[in-house]
Amino acid sequence: MAARVGIVGIGHTRFGNSSEYDLADVMAYAATDALRDAGYLAQRKEIDQVFVANMASGMFCHQSAVASALISRMDMEPVPAELIENGPASGASAVKIAYMAIASGMADVVLVVGGEIMRKVTGWNATDIVATMLDTETEYNMGLTLPGFGGMFTRMYMEKYGLTERDLALVAVKSHDNGAKNKYAHVQATCTIEAISDGPEADVVNNYIAEPLRMYSTCPVTDGAAALLLVNMDSPRAKQFAKKPIRVAGVASATDTHCVHNRKDPLQLNAVRIAGEKAYKMAGLGPKDISFAELHDAFVILELAISEELGFFERGKSFLAVRNGETRIDGKLPINTSGGLKSKGHPVGATGVSQVVELVRQLRGEAEPGRQVKDPKYGMSVNFGGFGNNVAAVICAKD
Amino acid sequence: MAIDEMEKTLRPPEIALKPYPSKLITLASGEKMVVREAKREEIGVLLGTVYPLIGVPTDYYDIVAARMYSELLGWYRYRVANEFVLVGAINGVIAGIVTSRHVSAKLGMSLHTMTIKRGLRVGAQLFAAKMEHHIDVLGEDEVWVVAESPNGFKRWMIEYQMEDRSAKYPDVRHELGGVPTFSLTKKLWDAVKAVKCTGSRPVSDADLKSAEKLIMPSEYPQLPGFKR
Repeated sequence: MAARVGIVGIGHTRFGNSSEYDLADVMAYAATDALRDAGYLAQRKEIDQVFVANMASGMFCHQSAVASALISRMDMEPVPAELIENGPASGASAVKIAYMAIASGMADVVLVVGGEIMRKVTGWNATDIVATMLDTETEYNMGLTLPGFGGMFTRMYMEKYGLTERDLALVAVKSHDNGAKNKYAHVQATCTIEAISDGPEADVVNNYIAEPLRMYSTCPVTDGAAALLLVNMDSPRAKQFAKKPIRVAGVASATDTHCVHNRKDPLQLNAVRIAGEKAYKMAGLGPKDISFAELHDAFVILELAISEELGFFERGKSFLAVRNGETRIDGKLPINTSGGLKSKGHPVGATGVSQVVELVRQLRGEAEPGRQVKDPKYGMSVNFGGFGNNVAAVICAKD
Repeated sequence: MAIDEMEKTLRPPEIALKPYPSKLITLASGEKMVVREAKREEIGVLLGTVYPLIGVPTDYYDIVAARMYSELLGWYRYRVANEFVLVGAINGVIAGIVTSRHVSAKLGMSLHTMTIKRGLRVGAQLFAAKMEHHIDVLGEDEVWVVAESPNGFKRWMIEYQMEDRSAKYPDVRHELGGVPTFSLTKKLWDAVKAVKCTGSRPVSDADLKSAEKLIMPSEYPQLPGFKR
């Protein structure tokens, strides 16, 4: 029987503009935070394995081999360390591989650190670098970008299901309400539906990025890092940590066609659905068991579409739940309690790790007042790579 | 000649500029920002707002703040011709300041844009208000603009698709040191103002009153832990 895996340490930088800093330093900050949280900083050389999640430091920072750099910054030699790259889903992929390392018996204590510095380049360059994950021949070389895909996806969804731009704004208002209270969020500010949708100045205050996506339908370009310390809960070593473990109940990933045009229905995010189903099966749970979720809202439409693929809402109906306030912090199923990528930010390599940090904070009851979910038992995250071609899901449980 | 009289001879000739009509902008946060022309007697609070940022190198705040400080003094001391200062205030607290100069009936010279409150496009709104004053209110044909920071270059030169006049140096030379000069022509402005410039007029008496007495910010996102 595979070992049970738990999280005993979490670390996070304040997301935002860290472009003056070295990526390895920013990652080391989050890693130190996680080790201190676990009461394991002094024993860090006893860690069995380090996995570093990063998408594109070679392009953003002209820096490679960041796992090696991190180990030296942390004075952790000779702990083995490898880089995990899976586009914007690198973070959750690293969590999954850490889980596999422990469950397989190869390791008892694994440190996962995700990080990205995206603001050393201009916003346009950052958009271009992120777009390199698209199919070179048929997408990237044709000028497609991720906001471009987000805009097209949103338009199709609107035409099929009756979603409006105001519904997108309602998602943003909800997420910013949470992010404004999150000490780690990039944009710690609320927004109002009057200002970004209903008022006469909304067209300028909330301008189009890739119609129908507006500024408040799109995540900012963000720097930051997050870290987790995972342990074999069945090992005698599990007793040496300061914090009670939060169990990783389910972890899974799935893929879909690299090119979006090869999908029968581009509105169906098959990889999300399959990763979610596998994670539910592993955890012995279903959508109704989930207390709250962190979903990859690089564009707010994705929060809606992912929530439907996970079975939280009927297809094409999630925006009605948003209108009813069901996804607010005091709703039936709070979504993106951290502020999500929209408000907390999206340093691509860090995002999947950061989402799991939020699951742990909520399950421990350590979220800030006003955004703490009441008595949560299970939290679920979905980290979305490419335009849905490589997706990882994680379910954490408070036992 | 008395010293006071002598000082007056040092002042540049001034053209009486049309006043900028105040407007009210609802920011994404829902906060109401009054944009209005600053008055010379408000110089103390303006300088006090800018001064702490002179020591902030991030995002080139240092050079913008230092130069704006000098422009504000030049305006207050009557050492710059036809300069105007617009201010954005939320409940009286200064959220941003812009400085600029009317050179002639045809030409405006944009000086600096200083954003204190970040993340709500305050700087973008104030820059747009400045261009609105130059072209729509003062009737100029074009405004010359330079950027001190990559942020400024992105926001102004690229987003407004300004004309690059740097090849015409030294015939076209912005007053801020002859660095690459871009132009926002009336034609370009008319093409972008619907998506760049907003605000409602007239401003109610209550909202105008809220911005009557300007207040220095008590905190700066650029200066964590700042204490005045």
